[in-house]
Amino acid sequence: MSDQPDASRRQFLSRGTAATAAVAVAPGVLLYDFARARPPAEPASSAVRWGLLIDTTRCDSGCDACVSACREENALPLPLKPTDPQWIRKVELQQEGSGRKVSLPMMCQHCAEPPCVDVCPTGASFKRADGIVLVDKHRCIGCRYCMMACPYKARSFVHEPVEDHSGATPRGQGTVESCTLCVHRVDQGRAPACVDACASEGHRALLFGNLNDPDSAISQRLRSVASVKLRADLNLDPGLSYVGL
Amino acid sequence: MTKRLSPRTELRNYALLLAAGVLVAGIGLWAAHFMESRGHIVTGMNNQVVWGLPHVFAIFMIVSASGVLNVASVGSVFGRAVYKARAPLAGLLAIALLAGGLAVLMLDLGRPDRVIVAATNYNPTSVFAWNVLLYSGLFGTVAFYLWTLMDRTMGAWNKPAGFLVFLWRFVLTTGTGLIFAFLVARQAYASALLPPLFIVLSLAWGHAIFLVVQHAMLRWNAMELHPGIQKRLKNLLGVFVLSVFYLVAAYHLTNAYFARQSAFERYLLLEGGTVTALFWVGYVGVGTLLPLALIFLPGAGGRRCVLAAALGVVAGAFSLLYVFIIGGQTYPLQIFPGYRVASRFADGAITAYAPSLPEWALGLGGLGIAFLITLVGVRVLNFLPRDVPGQPVESN
Repeated sequence: MSDQPDASRRQFLSRGTAATAAVAVAPGVLLYDFARARPPAEPASSAVRWGLLIDTTRCDSGCDACVSACREENALPLPLKPTDPQWIRKVELQQEGSGRKVSLPMMCQHCAEPPCVDVCPTGASFKRADGIVLVDKHRCIGCRYCMMACPYKARSFVHEPVEDHSGATPRGQGTVESCTLCVHRVDQGRAPACVDACASEGHRALLFGNLNDPDSAISQRLRSVASVKLRADLNLDPGLSYVGL
Repeated sequence: MTKRLSPRTELRNYALLLAAGVLVAGIGLWAAHFMESRGHIVTGMNNQVVWGLPHVFAIFMIVSASGVLNVASVGSVFGRAVYKARAPLAGLLAIALLAGGLAVLMLDLGRPDRVIVAATNYNPTSVFAWNVLLYSGLFGTVAFYLWTLMDRTMGAWNKPAGFLVFLWRFVLTTGTGLIFAFLVARQAYASALLPPLFIVLSLAWGHAIFLVVQHAMLRWNAMELHPGIQKRLKNLLGVFVLSVFYLVAAYHLTNAYFARQSAFERYLLLEGGTVTALFWVGYVGVGTLLPLALIFLPGAGGRRCVLAAALGVVAGAFSLLYVFIIGGQTYPLQIFPGYRVASRFADGAITAYAPSLPEWALGLGGLGIAFLITLVGVRVLNFLPRDVPGQPVESN
């Protein structure tokens, strides 16, 4: 038996192993900038600032996978009435004059200078060190001042008793709530439910990542395409940016 | 002069008024319980109109609580005897209105059972949190002021206490105006004009309430107001009504001038349905032109005219607050300038709002609480304004 077949087999095995490893590891490497699970005892760090880049050119007007995924993840009721919660909603735009149509998801913009946090009398609205804006449901007195202050209409008030408590986030009648950026998933090293749902539909309109890491996919994309922040005139420095507006 | 009622009839009438006050306040408390147990789903509010009719009542009472102290301030700070005779009643009314307004505000919370959290967890950047201190401070300063009026041994403290109340109520009304002035999100608010507007509103509304209560008390006791005092008090109301009109006009005209605000102004002043009608008929007609006519037209300005004018100012106050608070929320937020917007969350659309019965009951219940405190207070404390016969009425 010659050495040749052995050599080619070794070569095949080594290349095959490398390729398998690459296929298995690459997504992890790509996702590494946001996929590090944070140990429960470790506080959120300001070294990270979570953000989303929403590419409206990839967002399909007929698709609401992100909205459905959010509803399932957080056990929210179907939004049938103006009193029902909508942590994320689809907005359809038509440019005046040109008539150009744009579809996009709208949710809490996780501002660096959140007006909801400033105005909250009890400190129930707060911003984590990593930029995620949340409501402490045990401290919220239901004054709704944060809803008056939010320029994005991103917050909902729980108008009725909550029947379904199977969601990932606690909910309670008489308190205010909004998109948590799926903080429970982020802390486990996963992306928000809306991001995964959009990717599953093949649109990949939502890119999640660490804005403080210049090498993260979101930072690189933000450097390469023109994007805008909503109500930039208010200088609230939202964590969300939009492409194609 | 009206004949004084017999003691028996007077007691019966007083008991009837007391019962009416208890009934209205009780229905208000029931409404609050109903809202808390069922949730705000039983109100007309939603995720776009988050502050409804109870806030109209609450802010009316809180702003008026500050303004009703006008006569006390003029009496104690500027040393006018005619006004000082009315200071105890003004102080009592301030406490009553503030209590009624705060009761509505607290009972309209999503979790009124957690109101203590507002005291134990204080966010210093929140103007709401500042107001918690300002409101409780007004109770304290007015109570101290009343003490200096009622206890002769405290007489030396009267002027400093009056000055403290004078300062406090200006800061308090500024704070109430800032609740809206600090809201950058919505078209109606975020204006530095709002704190001074709220101060002038408080002067007019508080003075109007004072005149109504004083009228009722004098009628009850079969007393007449000195024509000179009557003239000065009604002229003061006229000046306040004109001042409010000036600032309201400045607010709307400057908004209409800004291209980014003109659609919002068109909605409020021309196309807003109930909101538009309340502005023109309620505020401009009943709340401004009618009182001015009743005060200043030749032949007008009598006792009944002044009472009608004051009631018109109160009706105008509710109309203006409804336009400001509800109209400011039913108009959609401008998140995407240059685009027509649609969504299943009322983006780009005018939101419908109709106050429900529990909201009316809660708001009126707050007025009932203020009424009860006033009714019991004037009886127990004997705060009827008594002018010294023959005392000259200073001209100014």
